Amino acid sequence: MALTTAPGRTGPTRSARPHASRRGAGRDRHGEGLAGYVFLSPWLIGLMGVTAIPMLLSLYLSFTNYDILTPLSEVQWVGLANYERMFTADPSYWHAVRVTLTFALVAVPLKLAAALGVALLLNRAWRGVGLFRGLFYLPSLLGGSVALAIVWVNMFNRDGAFNSFLAIFGIEGLPWVNDPEWALETLMLLAIWQFGAPMVIFLAGLKQVPSELYEAASVDGAGRVSQFWHVTLPMLSPVIFFNLVLETINGFQGFTAAFVLSNGTGGPVDSTLMYTLKLYISGFTDLEMGYASAMAWVFLIVIALITTVFFSTGRFWVHYSDGER
Amino acid sequence: MVAVTSTARRQGVRRPGGRQALRLVVLVVIVAVVLYPLLWMVGTSVKSQQEIVSNIGLLPQRFTPGNYTEGWSNFDLSFGRFFLNSAMVSLLTVVGNAVSCLLAAYAFARLRFRLRGIWFAVMIGTLLLPGHVLIVPQYILFRSLGLVGGDWPYLPLLIPQFLATEAFFVFLMVQFMRGIPRELDEAAKIDGASPYGTFRHVILPLSRPALVTTAIFSFIWTWNDFFRQLVFLSNLEDYTVPVALTLFIDSTGQSAVGPMFAMSVLSLLPVFLFFLAFQRMLVEGINTSGLKG
Repeated sequence: MALTTAPGRTGPTRSARPHASRRGAGRDRHGEGLAGYVFLSPWLIGLMGVTAIPMLLSLYLSFTNYDILTPLSEVQWVGLANYERMFTADPSYWHAVRVTLTFALVAVPLKLAAALGVALLLNRAWRGVGLFRGLFYLPSLLGGSVALAIVWVNMFNRDGAFNSFLAIFGIEGLPWVNDPEWALETLMLLAIWQFGAPMVIFLAGLKQVPSELYEAASVDGAGRVSQFWHVTLPMLSPVIFFNLVLETINGFQGFTAAFVLSNGTGGPVDSTLMYTLKLYISGFTDLEMGYASAMAWVFLIVIALITTVFFSTGRFWVHYSDGER
Repeated sequence: MVAVTSTARRQGVRRPGGRQALRLVVLVVIVAVVLYPLLWMVGTSVKSQQEIVSNIGLLPQRFTPGNYTEGWSNFDLSFGRFFLNSAMVSLLTVVGNAVSCLLAAYAFARLRFRLRGIWFAVMIGTLLLPGHVLIVPQYILFRSLGLVGGDWPYLPLLIPQFLATEAFFVFLMVQFMRGIPRELDEAAKIDGASPYGTFRHVILPLSRPALVTTAIFSFIWTWNDFFRQLVFLSNLEDYTVPVALTLFIDSTGQSAVGPMFAMSVLSLLPVFLFFLAFQRMLVEGINTSGLKG
């Protein structure tokens, strides 16, 4: 970094009112406008080529019967047929919707509850907190992999570790992953097991709560439980909100573990047919890419709607202390 | 009144010891539950086939490293090939993300240009865009360009990474750069440095921590990624580790469990080593930006 102070190329007015000159006349004297686009160009090309154009293409394809085998030029416009089929003539589509919603509605709150609970336990600073935090975080790094999904499926097999554990108490377990009633629950457990990432974010949030608030509350006679409800939760609500949005959107996209458990079929009896897996099967196994595109667009719209709902209801329950936002 | 506060204080001094111990016990139990699947995975990977069914303990009665050699050469190609493929894809992704996201972040964080606000809003919008939505049209586009299953089938996986499409990293770097004192840019500008010179001599050297965080996360996510690799790789010799692992599921008679676990352990090893080396940084990384885990 060679930053020698060269004498006055810029006049005294500039140094006296740096903000005004930066916004005003001196705005583009260093070619910033052009440089901005030079630096932004890879991102812009990516936005167009990898995101925007594919999105529009997929919107178009969702009104066609495109399969990958016929050339794009011979594609047939089928109007709303794909959407009609999805909503009225494909029971497994609704099944996928139900599986995905169940998964997100059960696994996400439980995962966040686990994350918050453990974060509260860890919050009081003492030696070893770093070690615990690291160990709890480890599953979040490993849990999304195929390898861990394989291990998980075998753990809940008939001969798996979970049944061996139950056997200690004389309970005879089920082949959980092959049971349509339980297969999805094992996937939920896998998601909850990865509570470390939101926990780390909760911990950071807890550190931000001013200790004066707790002191004030305890002077007012608030017990630990009441402090939790009236100090911790409101002060933590931005972080809870953040985790909730992120985990819900991630939850809707669960794919790997469901693929591994069912060997790519969504079985047993469609019980693990997550939305993304249904989309994959339609697009890349059945090669009905027009139909898969329609599914993708519905998915996108639903995710956008849910995000909107989160953000518009957020102001009723998310408490930003003054200064933030 | 005085009496009440003094007992409260006395309790406050005395009780944390007991409460702390209880807390510790609870935490140790939770750690045991959380780590059990990982330990069980490692234990099972060195058990013989009979023991996998009969021995429910974590440790094998007889240490059987044979699963590793067997798994390594279980398919027509050695597993080493899949590791090399994965390593190449992951390392190139790291390079692509680091370079392209840094450039974009510099533009967003420091330069003034037309429509900057709009582009920034678009970038934030793509943060929450699910990748699964784009997979079908991307596949069609890359296929029409002859890149799927082509001479070098990794291009569809890598091209997006060189075009800063991982908005998380752009956002992380923008946040980081906003913390770099503007006086340094101003000083460079006064010295007559162009935006390029400022980038090269001020922002680039000071952005190293953000680059390291990006590199680590991008390596781990790509190493673990399955969906895109499953879609874009179709020949055995091009397979990466996650795709190759699914071949074990197809062929599962009970006999394959040991080798399958052995290869699973090996496949997680790089991520685990990264975790050991960069634990603190990873944890802080998700704090500063709220990255997905």
